[in-house]
Amino acid sequence: MRRLLSDTLVVTQRNLIRLPRAPELLLAFTLQPIMFVLLFRYVFGGAISVPGVSYAEYLIPGIIVQNIAFGGFVTALGLNEDMQKGLIDRFRSLPMARAAVLAGRTSADIVTNCLAMTILILTGLIIGFSFQTSVLHVIVGLILAVTFGYAFSWVFAFLGLIVKTPEAANSVGFLAVFPLTFISSAFVPGQSLPTPLRQFSDVNPFTIIVNELRWLWTGQPSPDQLWQAFAWVVFILVVFAPLAVQRYRRAAGQ
Amino acid sequence: MPESDTAISARGISKSFGEVSALIGVDLDVQRGTVLGLLGPNGAGKTTLVRILATLLKPDAGSAQVAGLKLPGEEAKLRERIGLAGQYAAVDENLTGLENLTMVGRLYGSGRAAARARGRELLEQFDLVEAAARPAKTYSGGMRRRLDLAAALVARPSVLFLDEPTTGLDPRSRLDLWDVIETLVGEGATVLLTTQYLDEADRLADRIAVIDHGRVIAEGTSDQLKDRVGGERLEVRLDDPAQVQAAASALAAMTAEDPAVEDGLVRIAIRRRNGAIVEAVRRLDEAGVGVDDIALRRPTLDDVFLALTGHAAEEEQPE
Repeated sequence: MRRLLSDTLVVTQRNLIRLPRAPELLLAFTLQPIMFVLLFRYVFGGAISVPGVSYAEYLIPGIIVQNIAFGGFVTALGLNEDMQKGLIDRFRSLPMARAAVLAGRTSADIVTNCLAMTILILTGLIIGFSFQTSVLHVIVGLILAVTFGYAFSWVFAFLGLIVKTPEAANSVGFLAVFPLTFISSAFVPGQSLPTPLRQFSDVNPFTIIVNELRWLWTGQPSPDQLWQAFAWVVFILVVFAPLAVQRYRRAAGQ
Repeated sequence: MPESDTAISARGISKSFGEVSALIGVDLDVQRGTVLGLLGPNGAGKTTLVRILATLLKPDAGSAQVAGLKLPGEEAKLRERIGLAGQYAAVDENLTGLENLTMVGRLYGSGRAAARARGRELLEQFDLVEAAARPAKTYSGGMRRRLDLAAALVARPSVLFLDEPTTGLDPRSRLDLWDVIETLVGEGATVLLTTQYLDEADRLADRIAVIDHGRVIAEGTSDQLKDRVGGERLEVRLDDPAQVQAAASALAAMTAEDPAVEDGLVRIAIRRRNGAIVEAVRRLDEAGVGVDDIALRRPTLDDVFLALTGHAAEEEQPE
């Protein structure tokens, strides 16, 4: 167990050292979220009316959840690249904890997600977002966002291990995550959607997570329950972490 | 426990991928402190065998003893005693040379300071000190391979697996890498080396095992194998292609086999190297045959394969 922790830490560090040396990645984590906030707030925001709340306040929890979900892309691309380039073979020939490769990868996502989230919150505060609840609520909200991001990293880990190339990981990931985040309450209220999309949006875990985050940070009433949001986090982890680990064993054994 | 003289000993190793049999009952022994060259074309099963012995793959059947440990069964312990440098230079391109080696050292269980110290030592040994602080993506192909090899040596393994260590390198880097490997062997490492090049096996290996279609089809020293192939060949290109028959009969006394004849080219397997060219020129001259070019050619992997299997080495086979 101690071995697993220290190996995970080494692999996490390895994945984080890379960041400042890959300028395109760093841009994706810093400027891109700001751009999206500004685009939504000032391009779409004027045309979207949400009863009882300013769009800035409505938008920030939604865009944070979307960003955090996309944060796992680094894991998908990175794992895929490691397999192509033989690094996974090297890791497997070392007397290290097997699980550390995946755990280190997803742990690095926590750090980058926190970075992106900080930038998003700061941008939000500038354009009119504000926390309107107790410190405790805000903290629980942060925990929800971070744990959801971590769980979603395992979805991407699985994705990165089943596709053959980083390009494929990219397109499959976008095809899956874009509809999931857009057909949800992240950017527009569900009531404005046509019925089939609305039905999808209502049960979409993204909707539930975003609704709860809004409630925790701005006090807007949510049709869902906080436990449902955390249940989704646990559910995604319990399903995709074992899938990814199993896939890692198989993919690496060929 | 008394240390045996055999560093690697494999018995009856078989492995299939779906319908394709990659290895069929392979037996192999490597003496401690020696280099075994595993020679074969693409898809012959070389990499599969290395991956099995380096604990990356489980065999369907068979067992092995590597560095005194049993396979299957003692994989975890074995990983502390072996080093693997694969076909692709498995280094993290975004990390510097030193960071790469330090990471590997820490994953072997060393503390940070010890891992860094060992990393510096290896960078020195592999002539990478100046590049130590640069990300590996700025390295040339040869530098990457050296870094990869250094990473395989971090824990001072007693058994080293090198899977086509020079494939894709330019001739200069190839020679450099050969020097490095020879130094390692001089220090007592046991090496299992796969290669597609006979000259590489010739230069580095004490013994050579030829593998084809998942079976070891010949094993011995380089000289033994060459004897089986038929030694060196003399190639004569004629001024006038019409004279091939005259040339072939003039040279017949120099060889035990029938001369091979094609498009103005006569090829014979010679018995003795010394004086062969002089003798051939004299005989051809006496027979009135004009010579455009004449050369001694050492047996190549193609010759070994042709002689041992009846098919050419370059023939593509499924991986």
